[in-house]
Amino acid sequence: MWSVDLFANAIVAGLLLGGFYAAVSIGLAIAFGQLDIVNIAHPAFVIVGSYTAYIINRHFGLDPVLIGILFTPVFFLVGAAIYRVYYVAFERTGQESLSGLAFFFGLMFIIEVLLIMAYGVDYRLVSAGYIGRTINIGFVGIPFRMLVPFAVAAALTVGVYLYLSRTFTGRAILAVAQDRLALQLMGADPVKIKQFAFGLAIATTAIAGSLLIIIGPVEPSVGRQYIGRVFAIVVLGGMGSIPGMAIAALILGVVETLVGTFMGPSWSPAVSFGVLLLTLALRPSGLFGRK
Amino acid sequence: MKGRAFWASIVAVLVAGLVLTGVVSNEYYFNALYVILQGAIMAVAWNVLGGFTGYVNFGSAGFFAVGAYTSIALGKAFGPSLPLPVMIAVAALVCGLIGLGLGYLTLRLKGVYFSIATLAMAIVFETLMNNWSYVGGARGAYILTPDSHLWFNSYIEMLFMVMLLLTLGSVVVSRALNASRLGRGLAAIRDDEVAAECAGVPTLRLKLISATVMGAMMGVAGAPYPYFVTFVDPASAFSLFVAVNAIAMPMIGGTAHWIGPVIGALLVGTAQQVITVTVSSELNVLVVGVMLVLFITLAPQGIVGLAQKYLARRAR
Amino acid sequence: MTAPVLRVDNVTKRFGGFLALQNVELHVNAGERLGLIGPNGSGKTTLINCISGALFNDEGSIVFEGHDITRMPAHRRARLGVARSFQIPKPFRSMSVLENLRIPLEYAAWSRAEHRRITDEAMDVLKQIGLEQRAHDNSAGLTQVDMRKLELARALAAKPRLLVSDEAMAGLSSSEVDEILEILLALNRRGVAVIMIEHIMRAVMRFSERVVVLDAGQKIAEGTPAEIVRNPQVERAYLGE
Repeated sequence: MWSVDLFANAIVAGLLLGGFYAAVSIGLAIAFGQLDIVNIAHPAFVIVGSYTAYIINRHFGLDPVLIGILFTPVFFLVGAAIYRVYYVAFERTGQESLSGLAFFFGLMFIIEVLLIMAYGVDYRLVSAGYIGRTINIGFVGIPFRMLVPFAVAAALTVGVYLYLSRTFTGRAILAVAQDRLALQLMGADPVKIKQFAFGLAIATTAIAGSLLIIIGPVEPSVGRQYIGRVFAIVVLGGMGSIPGMAIAALILGVVETLVGTFMGPSWSPAVSFGVLLLTLALRPSGLFGRK
Repeated sequence: MKGRAFWASIVAVLVAGLVLTGVVSNEYYFNALYVILQGAIMAVAWNVLGGFTGYVNFGSAGFFAVGAYTSIALGKAFGPSLPLPVMIAVAALVCGLIGLGLGYLTLRLKGVYFSIATLAMAIVFETLMNNWSYVGGARGAYILTPDSHLWFNSYIEMLFMVMLLLTLGSVVVSRALNASRLGRGLAAIRDDEVAAECAGVPTLRLKLISATVMGAMMGVAGAPYPYFVTFVDPASAFSLFVAVNAIAMPMIGGTAHWIGPVIGALLVGTAQQVITVTVSSELNVLVVGVMLVLFITLAPQGIVGLAQKYLARRAR
Repeated sequence: MTAPVLRVDNVTKRFGGFLALQNVELHVNAGERLGLIGPNGSGKTTLINCISGALFNDEGSIVFEGHDITRMPAHRRARLGVARSFQIPKPFRSMSVLENLRIPLEYAAWSRAEHRRITDEAMDVLKQIGLEQRAHDNSAGLTQVDMRKLELARALAAKPRLLVSDEAMAGLSSSEVDEILEILLALNRRGVAVIMIEHIMRAVMRFSERVVVLDAGQKIAEGTPAEIVRNPQVERAYLGE
């Protein structure tokens, strides 16, 4: 059942998918990779982003990517508020490990159930001019509904990376992971920095969510499939490394697509978790991990 | 709870259960009690690792479902005449080994990685079951109710007693662990793993023991499940609802003491049964999520913790 | 001349690119009182982490009473008789003072325990340390000096033959320093070798029979307290060029 053009299409599709995965994971790369906040509810926020895009797109016809971008401030504020609660309840008392995890788990659950109660379990789609069109290069077909998210994801990843490495606030975020004391001596409040960073992490889910619903239909439990993917990507890439995360995302996208194409789509969910378990067993610091 | 009072309570509960089967004839109650008891076993099991050592298992549904599927596979291989205790024993063995294996891979790393790995394990097994047509694959499997139900009036009454026995058994094991030298070592690990290791506690070995016991208990909770629901598919067996309950019940009840998960399971389980009947089952699911978040944010020591604080204040 | 109770040979430890310890060599004789000093960041805590097993050194060997413990996990070293107290006290917060001592008695000292009632043995240790009044108090609510005493009590309860005391006196008042010093001296009189890491010079000088000085991961001097005080290299290390 092997053929060159099937293989080539799978690779290209995998790369496009991987690029999109980077957009989904970048928020977690900040929250978990930099701030050590295990936000297991991250994919749930992405789904909220998808539903936001769906609702606005249906009522006002705006382009989903535009909706995502417009809603980043809203998601940012939500993220900042959630961090505030998390900090007061857990980080301050040193309970992050057990209770903090359970907190986000409960949050994820609540989000999913609220979405089910509000919108049911039907699949939702968005409509946009470019969805459905495909570019053909030789025997490789590149659908727009994958290409646009890839492009936006790439821009988002590069943008966040530049922000973190070039601006003062961005570098403060990188620093807070490594040396809180130095940060305080520089006059920056670590708690405010972390709050800002977490807000940023959740803000990315607005965009990631709109990209998700462009790629394919969404229903509330779709988020759960992404838990494995995002954690696999962040861990494989190495904690604290955005470029590592991007490469890991591409790798996962390709491996998943190859498995799905040649072994059947029912095996895909296991791939990311399998990758995660392997990474944890063999090289827990990931490809480019710090320390 | 002192030794004699404890054992007296165990016997009392057992007798009460037997009396119930003789007196009550409405099957609905046994169905509801089955679900509550299942929740209790899962909660007690979860707490053996989570409460006693502080390592959070998100993949409880995975152990539960593998226990259930072990029963299904055995039933298919050896026919429905295979007695339930055998299936329970095999499920305990299989799931205990999974707990050991998973622990061996990840308990040397930070707690976070263990938690994520448990989630990964659950999804991997769900995918495996979805692709294994012998046990029904994604379409699920139908399980016939066996003819024999011993001296009980109906099959569900027998299942209820089985669950009651298993629940009491898991409580006995959990309490023995809690109050033993092993249990004190686990508490030291929870309080400060580095200090425990330097005080001579073999932390990895104890964590592995906890993970194995937890896995085995959850497998035991899942083994009778196919006979209870008669139709099992991966989506329902591996449901997130099972996983959340397994965390919410002990955290709401209180994780430091062996009785916490039992209290949590009784409270939350009963509330859920009431809500399902009076309102809807989706609301049910929302309620447990909200209760979990509220309790861990406001009362992290759970109901047991609140009770202890109240008693301490009254003593002054 | 009996063999030393602890031999640290050529121990090197790296953290990524940073060389924390470089070819460190030291030995401790049975029942000896060794002081370990050096400026902040010289690698003292890293060294004792390697000795106690909280970290593994990259090169070199550590031999305790004839056993090569270089790759042994910390709990096994504790069982052999290596105990340490932590610079920042790490009590088992959910337990009382007495319960804190059960752990080392039931684990590290298990083979050496007399198997009387564990609580009696624990109370004995508390009496030696002077904490018996607080036996049933929750360990999280102790005063600073009592927490330091609990750290030492826990180390004592492990029935060690080598105790590493990591800055047990930091931040204490003068009379409190004397209390801790007395405890350590009493311990040593029972035959326990002690490595003391301290910044409080009068304590180190009073306590130690021999002193080892580290600077930037290397041993720069070794000798009696009097010799060390006069050593120009040591002076340079502390005061700079």
